[in-house]
Amino acid sequence: MNDFFTKTDLSRKDAENIISETLNKCDDGELYLENFKSESIVLDDNKIKSSSYSSDLGYGLRAVTGEVVAYSHSNEISKNSLKQSADNLSSTLKSQKGVYNHEIPKTNEKLYKDTNPIEEKSFKSKLELLKKINSYTRAKGGIVQQVTASFAGEHKSIEIIRSGGEVLTDVRPLIRFNVSVVLEKNGKKETGVYGIGGRQSYDEYLKDDNWKKVCDEAFRIASVNLDSKPAPAGEMKVVLGPGWPAILIHEAIGHGLEGDFNRKKTSAFHNLMGQRVASEGVTIVDDGTLHNRRGSLTIDDEGTPTEKTVLIENGILKNFMQDRLNARLMNTRSTGSGRRESYKHVVLPRMRNTMMLNGKYSQEEMIKSVDKGIFAVSFGGGQVDITSGKFVFNCTEAYEIINGKIGAPIKGATLIGDGPSILKEVSLVGNNMMLDPGIGTCGKAGQGVPVGVAQPSILIDKMTVGGTQL
Amino acid sequence: MVKDQDYLKKTASFCINLAKKLGATDATAAVMHSISETVNFRNKKLDESDRSDSLGVGLTTYIGKKKSSISSSNLTEENIQTLIERCIETTKITPEDEFNSLPDKDLLATKINDLNLYDDDHIENDEKIEYLKEVEEVAFEKKEIINTETGFSESKSNFILASSDGFLNGYKSSSFSASCVAVAKNANNKMQKDYEFTSTCHLHDMLRPSQIGSLAAKKTIQKLNPQKIESEKISIIFDRRISKGILSVLASAISASSIARGTSFLKDKINEEIFSTSINVFDKPDIVKGLGSRYFDDEGVKTKELKLVDQGVLKHYLVDTYYGKKLNLKSNGRSGGTSNLYFEKGSISYKNLLKLNQRTLYITETIGHGSNLVTGDYSVGATGFMVENGVFKYPVSEITIAGNFNDMFKNITLADDLEFKYSTNAPTMLIEGMVVAGK
Repeated sequence: MNDFFTKTDLSRKDAENIISETLNKCDDGELYLENFKSESIVLDDNKIKSSSYSSDLGYGLRAVTGEVVAYSHSNEISKNSLKQSADNLSSTLKSQKGVYNHEIPKTNEKLYKDTNPIEEKSFKSKLELLKKINSYTRAKGGIVQQVTASFAGEHKSIEIIRSGGEVLTDVRPLIRFNVSVVLEKNGKKETGVYGIGGRQSYDEYLKDDNWKKVCDEAFRIASVNLDSKPAPAGEMKVVLGPGWPAILIHEAIGHGLEGDFNRKKTSAFHNLMGQRVASEGVTIVDDGTLHNRRGSLTIDDEGTPTEKTVLIENGILKNFMQDRLNARLMNTRSTGSGRRESYKHVVLPRMRNTMMLNGKYSQEEMIKSVDKGIFAVSFGGGQVDITSGKFVFNCTEAYEIINGKIGAPIKGATLIGDGPSILKEVSLVGNNMMLDPGIGTCGKAGQGVPVGVAQPSILIDKMTVGGTQL
Repeated sequence: MVKDQDYLKKTASFCINLAKKLGATDATAAVMHSISETVNFRNKKLDESDRSDSLGVGLTTYIGKKKSSISSSNLTEENIQTLIERCIETTKITPEDEFNSLPDKDLLATKINDLNLYDDDHIENDEKIEYLKEVEEVAFEKKEIINTETGFSESKSNFILASSDGFLNGYKSSSFSASCVAVAKNANNKMQKDYEFTSTCHLHDMLRPSQIGSLAAKKTIQKLNPQKIESEKISIIFDRRISKGILSVLASAISASSIARGTSFLKDKINEEIFSTSINVFDKPDIVKGLGSRYFDDEGVKTKELKLVDQGVLKHYLVDTYYGKKLNLKSNGRSGGTSNLYFEKGSISYKNLLKLNQRTLYITETIGHGSNLVTGDYSVGATGFMVENGVFKYPVSEITIAGNFNDMFKNITLADDLEFKYSTNAPTMLIEGMVVAGK
């Protein structure tokens, strides 16, 4: 465990006193301390393009009263600095008074090991592996024009000190391995990207030459796109493949079900609790408790243990995702969804691993049922306007479906839909649920946090495909 | 108070000297400090205050042609020493790369003409609150507005860039910004949101709060009751919010890294016509109080104005030291990207641009990450208005627009309404022949 008080004039006792003094007239708040180490090694253009290591240390002091949040953060952990932060908070909250809520649930279950992935695999062996990856991928033929491969490892220790001196801690490993390939054939260029990762050491993911599968997949996606034709434009049926395409759920539904937007009544879902928002057979959960997954957390960034939150059950809206602030103001409990990118950021209700659960149909049945449509297998990013409910995501691998059969690959196109109504257009839910490979980062209010998604194949009866062929 | 140049210089020099002592043949260090204070308001009540105090160092060590980097926000001498030792060890076992080097000495910035990028004014949180109250009161004068979120942020930064070649320079800068996001509701409880903002180097150049409040409200209300339109090929106008995005695409596609790696749709297009002949693009680093102004680039190389596109012809890539050496070009001071990048204004008025076609789709917002810089393919979600004979008829939503940059670039007509609201700026832009997917 990291001790934040060994190399500073600030003693734990001093910190506890400042925290209690600042927060005793507030509803909630804490001192959040973070020690964050990260390493990134990138191979590009046949060379080790960059290697960097970062060591960050800092705190964020937060006071919450009523609807008001006062926050102050600094990377100087000292008596002076913390006092200045405390003064800043007190001046903001001048006249506001609250009653501190000491209650916070506990957990003994750890969802990942206390490992440091950066140190567990030597720098040298990472370099050697990157070189092997480059040679392996380039050996696939002369059409390989560019290969980029990267390792990113993190080790984050956090400590939360609440008013009264209660302490909660977590140590979070995270790694990501990524390969991007650019192919060129007959003057046409296409990219394929694939990656894997989660909260374990590198070798858990790379063993048995598993990295070859990542290279193969990136190469395969780029190859498919080399033969792609322009995508159609207009409304049609869409079959989504299992796994990563669940970012549709993340964008279309997930963000709109975060507590803050619903408390503020700016989400298109805020007045739909208990109502039908999806077809019968559609169940969606947000689960922070899956072992070693990218989106999992033993405790969230306020100290609440994560849980499996049922958002939509058989088509009916059941729960929003809550942090402590929004839960208190909406008279419910935190779902362990309070997250922040780092000590530099305030807590917001966020997704963890967002999943649509299995139905009973096979993917074949879905494709057979479509006369004209597209089959979308892989995606780049997505985005949503939570107020109007409109969302998009970008296909990176897709095919046309003609008369119940998968046809030619089509160029990357944006799909656009309406969040509150899209799940009512889901007519078939598959039986092949898959987790994504562990690569997702969700952005909200300028903060990026690691997340996961999962789903079986689904058939959507009507969506607009943003191609160029009328 | 933001830390002064002496403190930052001392820290940067300490890092460089220690790196050299521990075995680096060359080293660069950047030390940055920034303090920002933000107040957020919602529905005429205080929502959040945020004070940020952020000090950091980034260091790169070279041993011959080997290179590695570290960064940290923990600036105790003990920690810096540990990190530099680690950096040197990593550098030793990193393979050589013939293009790794410090910038050519004769390209380094020496003279600095004051561009007035720092305003010492400080605005207390209570005054920020007064400003935001006025913004929201004006926005709420419109009965359709049901929710407003506003914020006011003040930020002061200082930094020093140092290298073992003797470069040791940096400067203070300031930023003041305020924004208003408004939500409006129609009779069927369907909501729309939009925004307005102001961002400047100097406090007194900010827009008045009433301007922000009324523009945010007006833009939001205009979006109520949108329609989805049929899929069709149609002329599109990009509002200035969106048209600047075309320049961001250009900048990414002509960065020396994309060109050298062969991953740009504009590879090998230097000295070729990529836009129609009426188009000129400038990158001008020395605009007084400019939001993208700078005295030198991320490597200390002096930056001069570049005419990137001259009468439609691509004249320069954006070159840093590493990729410059690879492409056999001299750095033109664009490590870290462009400065104040803009299209020279066109010759037609905004009003006449709207009338050029009988029907035009006017785009005010795009969502998604649909720009593929390798192929030039473009497809994004969009929101806007149908314009007929120069008149805004009705709002449009849940559509996509698609095309390929190679074609789009050649079919651009620019209005004469260029303003410098961002660091990258473009006038209102008409693009012929794009495809809209709707119903």
